[in-house]
Amino acid sequence: MSLSKHVSPVALLRGGGLLGGAFLAAAAAFAAPSVTVSQPWFRYVVAQVPAGGYMMLRNASPDPIVLTGASSPACGMVMLHRSETTGGADRMEHAASVTVPPGGAVSFAPGGYHLMCMEPRMKPGESVDVTLMFKDGRTISTAFPVFGAAGKPSGK
Amino acid sequence: MTGISRRALLGTLALAAPLARARPALAAPWHNIDVTGYLPALSFEMTDANTGKPVTAADFRGKLVLLYLGYTQCPDVCPLTLQHVAEVLRRLGKDADDVRLLFVTVDPDRDTLAVLKLYTAAFSPDFVGLRGDDDQLARVARRYRLAYSVAPATRTHSYEVTHSSAIYAFGRDGSARLLIAALSTTSPDIVGTEDDLRRLLHEPKPGWIARLGAIL
Repeated sequence: MSLSKHVSPVALLRGGGLLGGAFLAAAAAFAAPSVTVSQPWFRYVVAQVPAGGYMMLRNASPDPIVLTGASSPACGMVMLHRSETTGGADRMEHAASVTVPPGGAVSFAPGGYHLMCMEPRMKPGESVDVTLMFKDGRTISTAFPVFGAAGKPSGK
Repeated sequence: MTGISRRALLGTLALAAPLARARPALAAPWHNIDVTGYLPALSFEMTDANTGKPVTAADFRGKLVLLYLGYTQCPDVCPLTLQHVAEVLRRLGKDADDVRLLFVTVDPDRDTLAVLKLYTAAFSPDFVGLRGDDDQLARVARRYRLAYSVAPATRTHSYEVTHSSAIYAFGRDGSARLLIAALSTTSPDIVGTEDDLRRLLHEPKPGWIARLGAIL
């Protein structure tokens, strides 16, 4: 269930004592991370306009996982957004939350879900940290490589 | 018998040859949607973000013009669309010198000329940001049946902008030629669009009928 990225068994063992074994058993149960982030990247155009963040969110747990927000030291604010194209018109709407179904995945990709990074402070070629926040209070931090206006070259 | 048929055949060839030369469009379909004759010629009055000066369609005569309505605060679909157009222009190589993408902001309240200039330059030197007042923008949108709406933020809603995803291509003479629909999607027809634009760039000068059509 838990995000094992942040619950290192080693750190728990440092607590030592009688409870160590119990903690270790618990940590082992957590060993497979329930949420994983892959292929993260930002499209940064210029500082005056929001950057778009993309990734693949996978949920290996038997329960739905709900992404409720994100933050980054490289952004003034991060919002969850979704682009919609209906009847030849493009529209972008704010998403209060994004649910990743049990054993499923949600793709944040151009033309769909994206992280909207307001007032971006980043440069193509570098990576910036993004912390994703979930409904149950857990967080996960990942480095997002930054690409320019032309986006991420396919295959990278 | 053979004499007549040969004469008839020669007559047919004589008639067909100039027709084929005059109407190469008959030879192959376009990859995008042919709108020749369905939309009026390019016409607008706006401010060019690169120079800060007023411009009209006449300033772009001789160039193949791509017209796109968008806004810079759009972090997703607009950059995706512009990235694909830039890719088409890169593939056109030297031919791209005669192509201009006009990025008309539907959000002139937030898109200053300075931001428009930086934004378009990030994609391609052949992109021109255009900003009009409400009337100038409405006239262009109405003329090409492009929809847009801007709803400023309220207590319960964030700033919301809707705009047509289509790009129109206008020939060197300003006549409306193609509706390019797929460049705003994740499965764009880059090669087909490159092919279409190259064909438009190299087609022979239009005859008087086409010129009359462009004026009307």
